Amino acid sequence: MAILEVESLHKSYASLNAVDGISFAVQPGECFGLLGPNGAGKTTTIRMLYGYTPRDAGRLSLFGLDIDKDLREIKRRIGICQQEDSLDPDLSVRNNLVGYARYFAIPLQLAERRADELLGFFALQNRAADKISILSGGLKRRLMLARALVNQPELLILDEPTTGLDPQSRQLLWDKLVELKRQGLTILLTTHYMEEAERLCDRLVIVDHGQILVEGNPAALVRERVGHTILEIADPDQDVRDFLSRESCRVEDLGRRLLVYLDDGDELFLKLTREVRAEGCLLRPAGLEDLFLQLTGRDLRE
Amino acid sequence: MKWPKPKQISARTITVWQRNFSIYKQNWKIASLPPLLEPLLYILAFGVGLSVMVGDLEYGGQKLSYTTFIAPALVSVCIMHNAFFETTYNSFVRMYYQKTFDALLATPLNLEEIILGEMLWAASKSLIAATLMTTVISVCGFFSFPGAFLLLPLAFLGGLLFAASGMICTALVPGIETFNIPIFLGVTPMFLFSGTFFPLQNLPGWAQSLAQLLPLTHLVSLVRGCSLEIWDVGLWLSLLYLLVATLLLLPLAIALMVRRIVV
Repeated sequence: MAILEVESLHKSYASLNAVDGISFAVQPGECFGLLGPNGAGKTTTIRMLYGYTPRDAGRLSLFGLDIDKDLREIKRRIGICQQEDSLDPDLSVRNNLVGYARYFAIPLQLAERRADELLGFFALQNRAADKISILSGGLKRRLMLARALVNQPELLILDEPTTGLDPQSRQLLWDKLVELKRQGLTILLTTHYMEEAERLCDRLVIVDHGQILVEGNPAALVRERVGHTILEIADPDQDVRDFLSRESCRVEDLGRRLLVYLDDGDELFLKLTREVRAEGCLLRPAGLEDLFLQLTGRDLRE
Repeated sequence: MKWPKPKQISARTITVWQRNFSIYKQNWKIASLPPLLEPLLYILAFGVGLSVMVGDLEYGGQKLSYTTFIAPALVSVCIMHNAFFETTYNSFVRMYYQKTFDALLATPLNLEEIILGEMLWAASKSLIAATLMTTVISVCGFFSFPGAFLLLPLAFLGGLLFAASGMICTALVPGIETFNIPIFLGVTPMFLFSGTFFPLQNLPGWAQSLAQLLPLTHLVSLVRGCSLEIWDVGLWLSLLYLLVATLLLLPLAIALMVRRIVV
């Protein structure tokens, strides 16, 4: 049985269709990604999952429970790490965890033990007594994540967990998420960082304008839709363009940059660098970002 | 607008109250200073300074010193201020700046419980402040017991009413600066014209009728009647006013907050 089932979910604000018929299911133990540019409808979808935002249409069930009937029971069993920092500035780091456990009716002693475990897991023990206001962005995120785990959820929902973090904090958070996944936790996350999705997600959907564009395993999707390797050529001149027009290959012209999608092998690259020019030519593996841009376009959002 | 239903409210509501109380406990030394010191300042200013010019006055068939007359009003105003400022500025900060409600909505709590918990807490804050203030005023010998014990339930009831009024403002204001409007159009006129610092009979007839509409007028009458043990049948009407207004405004405040937050 799926942990989460979403069926033709709809939500519109005035004339904007924020979420326009999204369906997907998350299986036990997997990490499922919801990817999309800013304003694609990711956060709105997440908020509907825990009843924060009422939906216009569609069916939502978690753990086989209908959200309209058993919202309280559902919320008891999920952990939510919202995008915006909502830590309690009046409480210490540790009391943010202990206090939060109270809302789940967790007895104080158990809550304290759980808080200490989580502080240990996220390397926050030394900051237990600190005020929230003196924490850095990375520490706040870790604490937000720890707080979302205080009720030992069966599904962890993360809305852009690493936005705005430095590389060190991001790596640490990823390590922790991988570890949680290994312990069997089911995770649903939204992100617009492709590296994050590639590293964490077993399956994902790419969403834009409130609709799902593609669904699948990230590596398989890239192989299927983009290819194996990409040849990037900076500042292409006429010689390069002439050379490529003679070869049978898919070229995307970005003006000052050419992207050549290649299935396998490096013959074309070698030929190009030997016969035409080597400078500014780069052969790299195709990634999720290529797929993402291909699907959602290169136009700037917002 | 979606009105709250009784079955939406569970015992978990108390955890919202507990959150606010736990933070109050951290700051209790500072939080309890105003209700302890304020009456002393007023009694000093009015009792020593002003009452010499005013002299005694007649209230409910009894002769009262001016200081005795205003002492119950100080407690009433304190009940109003504590609850109203808690559900306006403080609740707004928790809702808008601290995202506390967002955090709570990710738990089994629902919004109806969160808002009710906030109002229950605000009323409790009125109760705590009124208790402290009543103690000081009683020590100074202005109140009569056992009548003054009735101030405790009155403080909670009045607190709830002003908490609901404040929460309604929070549901309606576009930003935190806008609270100035309900304060100078509502709170300040009530502070002055609810039979607080002079008997309502001094006002022209139309203004007296107008004052009868103000919730603080009824709270002041009740607090004064009980704490000075000057009983009057009209007090039942005042109690009825407070009860009915509270029962109407509490669900209205929840409904308006739901309308504001849930989009």
